[in-house]
Amino acid sequence: MRKAKKIPGVDSELLIKDAAKLMPDPLRRSFLRGAASLGALAFLTGCDLIDEDSAETVLSKVSRFNDRVQALLFSQTKLAPTYPESAITRPFPFNAYYDEDQAPTVDPASYKLEISGLVDNKKPWTLAELHALPEVSQITRHCCVEGWSAIGSWQGAMLSDFLKRIGADTRAKYVWFKCAEGYTNTIDMPSALHPQTQMAFKYDHKLLPRAYGFPMKIRIPTKLGYKNPKYVVAMEVTNTDKGGYWEDQGYNWFGGL
Amino acid sequence: MTAETMTSTALPGDATIHPGWVRICHWINALAILVMIGSGWQIYNASPLFDFEFPRRIALGDWLGGALMWHFAAMWLLVVNGIVYVTLGIVTGRFRRKLLPIYPAQVFADVKAALTVKLSHDDLSHYNAVQKLLYVGIILTGMVIVASGLAIWKPVQFQEITAFFGGYDTARYVHFAAMTAIVAFLVVHVALALIVPKSLRAMVTGR
Repeated sequence: MRKAKKIPGVDSELLIKDAAKLMPDPLRRSFLRGAASLGALAFLTGCDLIDEDSAETVLSKVSRFNDRVQALLFSQTKLAPTYPESAITRPFPFNAYYDEDQAPTVDPASYKLEISGLVDNKKPWTLAELHALPEVSQITRHCCVEGWSAIGSWQGAMLSDFLKRIGADTRAKYVWFKCAEGYTNTIDMPSALHPQTQMAFKYDHKLLPRAYGFPMKIRIPTKLGYKNPKYVVAMEVTNTDKGGYWEDQGYNWFGGL
Repeated sequence: MTAETMTSTALPGDATIHPGWVRICHWINALAILVMIGSGWQIYNASPLFDFEFPRRIALGDWLGGALMWHFAAMWLLVVNGIVYVTLGIVTGRFRRKLLPIYPAQVFADVKAALTVKLSHDDLSHYNAVQKLLYVGIILTGMVIVASGLAIWKPVQFQEITAFFGGYDTARYVHFAAMTAIVAFLVVHVALALIVPKSLRAMVTGR
């Protein structure tokens, strides 16, 4: 949806040209490689019955099962650990599937956060209006799916407050985000309503720099980094799982911590 | 096989060295641990803790996303099988009979005997002190690798476990160290099984 529509405030020239750079070849079945390990598996099971298609199907099913397990483990009242200022990782790393100079530049003057889906008020929000929302602050650990982690400081509005403010149907299953560079992400409603889930407009009490997702990052300290979209330009409350950039390639959908 | 027959096959005087449940658990565990190690190496490569990476051709999963799928699928096999194994080991009394007690003096004596090639393997149903120490050690290491894995997987929901390991970053090192210990055990374990082939046969046929 809205694919052809121009996103306000986005310099389209800086949109991603080489998004596939860090990804596996999408035409290639890519879950099973690792000749020596596979050889060992064949030796152990005494057969060569594992073909890549069926293995991929089984692995995807287990990953969906793990989504349900994580949804059960998730607690709306269990807070991510918080840290003192002195624990902040400096400099906080830039992280994306593109280089820092490829990060999108969003024009604050023309930026409007688009709202759609199961909400009463779909009026787009200007940056000034968003900045006027009550501010909360957190110093939490960002855990990347790659294994590294870094402690950062984010300020912004509680997403749960914002969802109430726009009259969102919080019985809906998902909240979907779209980003200036085309990145997308779907999160479950319970995580969206978690008290630490934040629409971050500032990093370390200063306006969110371009590297960290200006003008808005969805900061979710209960989820892995790829579930924390930056450069967010649109939000939809929905019962349809619209997937996400990395999830569609095989990263776990729930991505909970 | 009923619980009763499984227990009775372990009784003294019976020629069976490893009852059925031990053999089934052993080979399921072997499969699970190989998948966990292979995919774990691929995951490690995405953000190495040390100044080296595992060669891609011996790592499982082709890329991080695939390796994570393998890792978080095989973990169920490893953990469920591990719980069955440890429970049966305790309930049937096999752990107590086979693995305990371990006396330090006996360990030193058996290490010396092994190094001078005087350690006997005539009775496979009886473990020497070094074997006892290694088997108890690998079971405990298995518990450490699962607990440290939970600490990394769920540092919010299971933050008490993460804190127990000294935090998220330290838990990663603990997880890696436990993997290293298991790989070291495997090298010795497989080498000895090949040197004493009847021990390998016993783990397949039970006798």
